[in-house]
Amino acid sequence: MHSFNDIFETYNWDEVKASIYAKTGADVEKALSSTKRTLEDFKALVSPAAAPYLEQMAQLSQQLTLKRFGKVIQMYVPLYLSNECSNICTYCGFSYDNKVRRKTLSPMEIMQEVAVIKAMGYEHVLLVTGEDNVTVHVEYFKKVLELIRPHFAHISMEVQPMDLGDYEQLTPYGLNTVLVYQETYHREDYKKHHPKGKKSNFKYRLETPDRLGQAGIHKMGLGVLIGLEDWRTDCFFTALHLNYLEKKYWQSKYSLSFPRLRPFSGGLEPKVEMNDRELVQLICAYRLFNEEVELSISTRESPHFRNNIIKLGITSISAGSKTNPGGYAVEPESLEQFEISDERSPAEIAKVISQQGYEPVWKDWDNCLT
Amino acid sequence: MLKIAGKTFHSRLFTGTGKFSSSSLMEEALVASGSELVTVALKRVDVKNNEQDDLLIRLKYPHINLLPNTSGVRNAKEAVFAAQLAREALETNWIKLEIHPDPKYLMPDPIETLKATEELAKMGFVVLPYVHADPVLCKRLEDAGTAAVMPLGSPIGSNKGLKTIDFLEIIIAQSNVPVIIDAGIGSPSDAARAMEIGADAVLVNTAIAVSGDPVRIAAAFKIAVEAGRMAFEAKLASPVSHAVASSPLTSFLDA
Repeated sequence: MHSFNDIFETYNWDEVKASIYAKTGADVEKALSSTKRTLEDFKALVSPAAAPYLEQMAQLSQQLTLKRFGKVIQMYVPLYLSNECSNICTYCGFSYDNKVRRKTLSPMEIMQEVAVIKAMGYEHVLLVTGEDNVTVHVEYFKKVLELIRPHFAHISMEVQPMDLGDYEQLTPYGLNTVLVYQETYHREDYKKHHPKGKKSNFKYRLETPDRLGQAGIHKMGLGVLIGLEDWRTDCFFTALHLNYLEKKYWQSKYSLSFPRLRPFSGGLEPKVEMNDRELVQLICAYRLFNEEVELSISTRESPHFRNNIIKLGITSISAGSKTNPGGYAVEPESLEQFEISDERSPAEIAKVISQQGYEPVWKDWDNCLT
Repeated sequence: MLKIAGKTFHSRLFTGTGKFSSSSLMEEALVASGSELVTVALKRVDVKNNEQDDLLIRLKYPHINLLPNTSGVRNAKEAVFAAQLAREALETNWIKLEIHPDPKYLMPDPIETLKATEELAKMGFVVLPYVHADPVLCKRLEDAGTAAVMPLGSPIGSNKGLKTIDFLEIIIAQSNVPVIIDAGIGSPSDAARAMEIGADAVLVNTAIAVSGDPVRIAAAFKIAVEAGRMAFEAKLASPVSHAVASSPLTSFLDA
């Protein structure tokens, strides 16, 4: 099967990294003045050389986002179903070797959580689990989808990568979007961070978006976990991946996320720090590179940052999130996957969005559309 | 006056409801536009509790007719299903058919659109399909029972104006149903131009919603559409691209 891996293997991490760091102000200016931006332009825009051009990038990013998406921000919320996990991931609170009480929500518990989420006003929900193929498998997901589909307009999933046949089975149950983050495109580092479990298979994860495209999924989300490796290089590979997917699976929509590694109990310190200026640079670079891609921001970021990023290029935001299974109603005190930084309620975030002259949108899909 | 499926419209400016910074601003802008046909994406509204839907409440004016659209569907089957749902929920048999399997450029699928138009027309829908500026497709849609055709002026949301003007002129010249130019109209002058070449109406959304002052821009579009139509009806003088030669090539015939 031809997959992204064929393209990926023609690139060398160190060469890509060196070429990003060799970009000059002139390269950045060329990228800014262009209307059809290339991967080389993207390299310039994420390079250190682009730092002095941040304001210009933000202005352009805002204009392009307005043209495509208008003055609206989509609201979504995660629903953690399970923290059972057979993978070891050095940066994750649900890692197999992390001593936490494990829980997978039962149908009744899911409905208790759903009631709280619905009361907040949500219509778009993101289902999240660890990877435990004994309890949290395709049959479990089918049951969950069947259960919650009548209650939501749009259902996304951020769970373990699955086989093509699994995705084909789940889409008729109302699965609209799948997020699968590569974590890092640095193959050797990936191995260090994922020493055990199915997730240690780099190639299987890398080819997941190909399987999603073949399954005809409506939307898929890509990204890396920022902090594991050089973010500029990792995000170049994300852009490369996006470029490949858009051309090959042209009937799917795409979204990007840029989670920065957050502390959790007993967790890893980031190898690479990314400051707020750099995150803004990345968000704007993604927008300048791709006018149509959705850009999503979670409660990992601080209130100050989230308030000010609304107008700069993002298109969706979560609020009031809990990152532990049962966190909304069943077991609010259980251990979370990571600490959230913005505790404000969805209503408060909606107000912040309105105050900035944008409309918070709760529903932009319908469960009649499969 | 413009007539579509037996309904008369005083305004030839149709509008959309997306991309506005608030629903109150949308309401104000749409009222200022004088528009009598407003399209609403089915996916954006709460069809189950449509009496409470904030967007729909804002459109409750006697002069405003709702035109639900099927944005989000990827094929004829999904479109027909969405149209039926819209008819039930919004109590109108008018449907703006939007089938774009390509979520990046939102290009309409001509094959699925033709299929869905055939089916929906048979089911008694008033079908307004969004299509490429493809003269043959527009004739085929006419045969399929479409109520109007809605060819694009340029890529949707691009504000690039009438890039397809040569094809639009052919469509207008040979159409037996109203021609509504749907996408890409970026400024009142684009709208006026569309009306001058004989379009029956235009549909504008992004250019109003994303502007600095949507209410004033909506009013400007209203005037531009009226001016363009007036010019068309008054038979605009054709532009002359060259001077008349003082020694005509045929003067020898006078000798």
